[in-house]
Amino acid sequence: MVSSSADVSTPDAVRTARRDGVGLGLLGVYGVSFGAVAVAAGLSPLQAVVLSAVGFTGGSQFAFAAVAAGGGAPVTGLASAWLLGVRNTLYAVRLSDLLPRRVPARIIASALVIDETTAMALRHEPYGRQAARAAFWTTGIGLFATWNATTVLGAFGVQALGDPAVLGLDAAAPAAFLALLWPYLRQGRTAVVAGSAAVVSLVAAFVAPAGIPVLAGGAVALVGLSRRVRG
Amino acid sequence: MSWLAVWACAVGLLAQKVAGAFVPRAWVSGERVRGVLTLLPVAMFGALTLTQVLGGTDGVVVDLRLVGLGTAAVALLLRAPFLLVVVLAAASTAGVRLLAAG
Repeated sequence: MVSSSADVSTPDAVRTARRDGVGLGLLGVYGVSFGAVAVAAGLSPLQAVVLSAVGFTGGSQFAFAAVAAGGGAPVTGLASAWLLGVRNTLYAVRLSDLLPRRVPARIIASALVIDETTAMALRHEPYGRQAARAAFWTTGIGLFATWNATTVLGAFGVQALGDPAVLGLDAAAPAAFLALLWPYLRQGRTAVVAGSAAVVSLVAAFVAPAGIPVLAGGAVALVGLSRRVRG
Repeated sequence: MSWLAVWACAVGLLAQKVAGAFVPRAWVSGERVRGVLTLLPVAMFGALTLTQVLGGTDGVVVDLRLVGLGTAAVALLLRAPFLLVVVLAAASTAGVRLLAAG
């Protein structure tokens, strides 16, 4: 459904993609939590800032700080952060056609490849690659700016923004992912894949370390494919 | 925390993304691989939706994020535009939290 999309999009589709991207980009204010958590875990404010600017992967950064807070060895923190980051590699492979071809721009774009930017790019891809790229860049730049600015605030003890959970922002990202999935939930085969993946990940969440559940869910795609090949 | 560990973490995370973007086209152009790549995000976002709603720092946590997801599902059924879905999910979770706290 999405892999055969056209290159050009209507101006309307691009406008919608930009608007959605700018809106979702505001979710980066969660960086204030990361900054505060990281410093409480024993990282220096500057270390928190470096992780957000260069690492730019929320889940991995929180996992790294959590291990530090629990007094775990740095190696454990690294393993946990990288395990969560593996999915970004898969996302970047999937988004390959949407990323710029010239090497410097391609590296900059890949730094922005995370759950949210991938979700937004794929959501708008059926309306053409132009719309998908607009969604990717607006979401990515917006999130990068807000995530890093608020990491600085949180790391240096500015609590003015308060806890983002009070605003319900921890429910916003899953809602965005559900919205991305929605068209697929209306088709039998992809609905089964998404549903099975959700169940597999939930079971895995009880027994496996963070990072594994989503990858285990992703493995359902392989099963889904082999079923299609057989049937 | 040592700076070595911090830089290793940050640069490692960046390298994971860059590596994916520079996977040679020939490796992923087969029909089977393309099929997997099309289904992969569907499976991963199915998993991500649930793990982000029920995931805690340690295993599974059931809390008011579920209200937000339920609201989002209803909004999607009613064909609400994307941003409204996200805002309603956050607002309903925040609202119920406020009620629960007060």
